[in-house]
Amino acid sequence: MEKFTVHTGVGVPLRRSNVDTDQIIPAVYLKRITRTGFEDALFAAWRGDPAFVLNQDAYRSGSVLVAGPDFGTGSSREHAVWALKDYGFKVVLASRFADIFRGNSGKQGLVAGVVAQEDIELLWKILEANPGTEVTVDLENRTVHADDITVPFQIDDYTRWRLMEGLDDIGLTLQKEDAITEYEAKREAWRPKTLPAKHWAKVDIEPARPAQV
Amino acid sequence: MAGTLAEKVWDAHLVRHGANGEPDLLYIDLHLLHEVTSPQAFEGLRLAGRPVRRPDLTIATEDHNTPTLDIDLPIADSTSRTQIDKLRENAREFGIRIHSLGDSDQGIVHQVGPQLGLTMPGLTVVCGDSHTSTHGAFGGLAFGIGTSEVEHVLATQTLPLQPFKTMAITVDGELPPGTTSKDIILAIIAKIGTGGGQGYVLEYRGEAIRRLSMEARMTICNMSIEAGARAGMIAPDQTTFDYLKGRPHAPEGEDWDAAVEYWKTLKSDDDAVFDAEVVLKASDLEPFVTWGTNPGQGLPISANVPVPAEIADANERVAAERALEYMGLEPGVPLRDIKVDTVFMGSCTNGRIEDLRSIAKVLKGREKAKDVRVLVVPASARVRLQAEAEGLDVIFKEFGAEWRNAGCSMCLGMNPDQLAPGERSASTSNRNFEGRQGKGGRTHLVSPLVAAATAIRGTLSSLADLDLPDDVDLTTFDGSPLDGVGASGFDGSAPVFVDLPFAKPAA
Repeated sequence: MEKFTVHTGVGVPLRRSNVDTDQIIPAVYLKRITRTGFEDALFAAWRGDPAFVLNQDAYRSGSVLVAGPDFGTGSSREHAVWALKDYGFKVVLASRFADIFRGNSGKQGLVAGVVAQEDIELLWKILEANPGTEVTVDLENRTVHADDITVPFQIDDYTRWRLMEGLDDIGLTLQKEDAITEYEAKREAWRPKTLPAKHWAKVDIEPARPAQV
Repeated sequence: MAGTLAEKVWDAHLVRHGANGEPDLLYIDLHLLHEVTSPQAFEGLRLAGRPVRRPDLTIATEDHNTPTLDIDLPIADSTSRTQIDKLRENAREFGIRIHSLGDSDQGIVHQVGPQLGLTMPGLTVVCGDSHTSTHGAFGGLAFGIGTSEVEHVLATQTLPLQPFKTMAITVDGELPPGTTSKDIILAIIAKIGTGGGQGYVLEYRGEAIRRLSMEARMTICNMSIEAGARAGMIAPDQTTFDYLKGRPHAPEGEDWDAAVEYWKTLKSDDDAVFDAEVVLKASDLEPFVTWGTNPGQGLPISANVPVPAEIADANERVAAERALEYMGLEPGVPLRDIKVDTVFMGSCTNGRIEDLRSIAKVLKGREKAKDVRVLVVPASARVRLQAEAEGLDVIFKEFGAEWRNAGCSMCLGMNPDQLAPGERSASTSNRNFEGRQGKGGRTHLVSPLVAAATAIRGTLSSLADLDLPDDVDLTTFDGSPLDGVGASGFDGSAPVFVDLPFAKPAA
């Protein structure tokens, strides 16, 4: 993961609340088995609308998304984060994020910064008054700067540290492997194991057929 | 110190307590996999040269991207087929148990775990699917994870997590006839909002919850995520133990006794302190339906479509205007006047045997509304077999419904079962987001009973709109088992051990 300290890029105002992950990337794009190349899928249902913010020249190269409350709700699909990153976004700012989305962002190096709704409104005004305005996100100091305003954002200490160091979570956990092995030795016998597999007798499943028209 | 159920389960899984803002490291008892959110995780393992730490705590099934017709034929869509093939290949390579399309244990991942007896009280259960909250109905901590976390669990069988806050949701009293656990959860989401549960684990309690079957409890916990909560739980009780006893992976003999003794301690202490509390009266509930494009935009079926101009909060007003535009609805119209094109009965929310039984009970001997397409999709192949053993399939077919093979089907616009643009559905699933059931599709979330009544009348309807004969016992709709059939819907015969055709983990 790349280290993140300060990022400056075009801010994109997304004046919508409850942007769920089905809006960020519809399910049809989830059939792919790769981890990259999802930029075409980002906000796919809205991209056909010429009035949509990312279809306006000034915002097209945006890398800081300023969204309404409850961003990233719904499905756990990490593809939503991949699509935002593949498009070029480095930061999403909103007053509230869904928990799973925020977690996924942290794993993938996308900064999900919590900004008070009144400050989001200020940023929207600036970005709409002067489309193409650049926004600077300073992770070390947890501030967002655009035009003549600087507002704070929140991100938990641990995620901030990991993003700034560019650290791989799995590697960090495997450093504690002894503790995992020790825990495993104490697990009770009743806890389930999937192997060896147990199930009721296998039965042939009759395939349903399309209705005759 | 007094603790909540969530705290007790959390503490029992602490591998390492994180100091100075570092997250806790939690052990994961059961990891469920499906084809959509796992391929990139396996790829990550392969690139790093890491094995799966505990294949014996991992199980895979195919559900999201599978067809529900012609399941014996090659999957027509090549990208879907590739994704399914990839899961099978990964399972083989890493020695993971898989139940593939056509196997009698295949089904939606959140039905497969409970039905095999793998989902139990006191476990931590994760899956790359937000509806993993379903498994909390057994009194464990179960939540959806992203693909990076899937890879993390595969590699380490643990997850670094910041503690959740806890919210008690008490549902007092008794559900009125014609209402179900789906109406409870839709009412809760309408009350606390789609963000109301963010950062929380919800614990559902109270008399109305105690009276529910396991299937009905799963429906409630399933939709915790729609209130923004990553997990929902219900303390285990005799209903839980009865459901589990005798299932293929349920503990046996001394292990069973030890487990039950421990499971009985899994409840919030009387003096436990929750970070938030919500109280609801079940007796006040009516069947709930959604009118908008998030699960919080719901109302009792007797209400009218909201009038955005009357909504004080500016953000909510704009959201309502946008939702009505997308849904093609006029403000102020009675919800009961809304005509649907399709009724979808199924999903990890309401595709279980009990749901199918109550639907069949309403549909039996009745006629489908003209021009309405009705899909009945069991949550798993076993549920389908059970329904067929009870003759429910005959009732569905005589009614004019399509009786499909198991899978996620029309809950998400991914497999061939989708709404056309502008098409309107009444759906027993869990999400009414824009395009969720297919691009441009319009979804109204409903209970199985509302779905059944709607399939008969063609407009959003409840049992109150039907001229039900006197001999239909409405009290059996609250989730209690019907006469002569086990609550869990399986025949109780002894499970068989099956050797899998791939590598087993070292003992």
